[in-house]
Amino acid sequence: MENKPPGDDMDNVAVMQQPEGPQVWNSMLSDLAETKDKALYVKLFRHFAPKVKAYIIRLGLVETTAEELMQETMLSVWRKAHLYNASKAAASTWIFTLARNQSIDRMRKQKYPEYSLEAWQEGGHEEQHEGPGEEQDVCEQAVTSDRMAKVISQLPEDQAQVIYMSFYEGRSHSDISERLGVPLGSVKSRIRLASEKIKMMWRDDV
Amino acid sequence: MNIKHHLDEATLVSYTAGSMSQAMALVVACHISMCPVCRDRVHDSEAIGGMLLESLNPAPVSDDSLAQILACLDEEPDLNTQLEAKRVETSIAKNKQWLATHSDIPRPLDDYIGDSLENVEWKRIVPGVYYHDLPCKTERRGASRLLRIAPGKAMLPHSHDGNELTLILRGSYTDEIGRFTAGDIADLDNEIQHQPLVDSSEDCICLIATDAPLKFSTLLGKIVQPMTGF
Repeated sequence: MENKPPGDDMDNVAVMQQPEGPQVWNSMLSDLAETKDKALYVKLFRHFAPKVKAYIIRLGLVETTAEELMQETMLSVWRKAHLYNASKAAASTWIFTLARNQSIDRMRKQKYPEYSLEAWQEGGHEEQHEGPGEEQDVCEQAVTSDRMAKVISQLPEDQAQVIYMSFYEGRSHSDISERLGVPLGSVKSRIRLASEKIKMMWRDDV
Repeated sequence: MNIKHHLDEATLVSYTAGSMSQAMALVVACHISMCPVCRDRVHDSEAIGGMLLESLNPAPVSDDSLAQILACLDEEPDLNTQLEAKRVETSIAKNKQWLATHSDIPRPLDDYIGDSLENVEWKRIVPGVYYHDLPCKTERRGASRLLRIAPGKAMLPHSHDGNELTLILRGSYTDEIGRFTAGDIADLDNEIQHQPLVDSSEDCICLIATDAPLKFSTLLGKIVQPMTGF
């Protein structure tokens, strides 16, 4: 992984996905918690397991470890399904966090600090607060993956690159700064701009 | 809690992507557990992760994997699910209890130092300035520690080679950027030089993480640096 030029994988990202919207997977995952229906699980597995494995391989883990971590991630999908809250997040988002935590814990032999697993289930905090409203929470779910690809393709290349290097290669700000030979401050402003643009395009699009 | 200073968007993305050191991630997780605004923001960032996962080209999965997992589910049908449910239940109860008792420790931190700031063992750097090192892994000789500074004391002026995260747990301080009270996070990088001055009547206790040693701008700072390990 060290020999790869930074952000080199960008071209390998699938542009178009299956016609079904992500909502199908959201309700399937919710139903799984209720019914513990293995047929549902098999469908979720066939869709997500190959993506989870692809994600883990991109983080730089070898094939056999990736297979094993994918299995652990997909097992925890079954075991933790009752924690999933469809009004909070898309199935892909929830499964992404499971895969991320499994991979980091393994790669670094340490636990990645989590803010709270239960936040998924509790559906918000009792405290009153103002700010990005809760009504907007579900907007991401209406965004299909081909639209996400479109959003990403609209970013300037240097912004898409830092997003890929963060999410797909697990690189820290200073690591990216060193690899690209760009000052830390510029790396951060690229990430900031990219993230804000993505979120804005979601809101506009929905 | 009236939180005025939040996480930088770039920091949130890095945390969500799982691409920061354990030391930095701990500070971020602690702030998020105290700050409803950043909690909403992190959910949005996680959605970017979900979308990116969804847009990946699938990797071939071994033919046996699904069969093995299904067999696994058959053998111990509900045991692990029950254990997991139990664990979550305990965790939620603990969370409720934590909210009810107004513990002075954010939840993610209690894995490292127990449930109160009162039981922390402090080491003195200079009179009025104490620290407690945490076992978190850092990047590039950075630090992961709690810092306790007496009222009226100032940190030596410094800047950074990398990122520095400071979460105020108790008391308050003021620096060139503004006033920071409990729950506020100072999310800084190498473009900022600052000198925090504690302005609360009680000691100010902060959780900090850096991903490079600090750069002191005074001679005194450079002299004490080897002793403080910053």
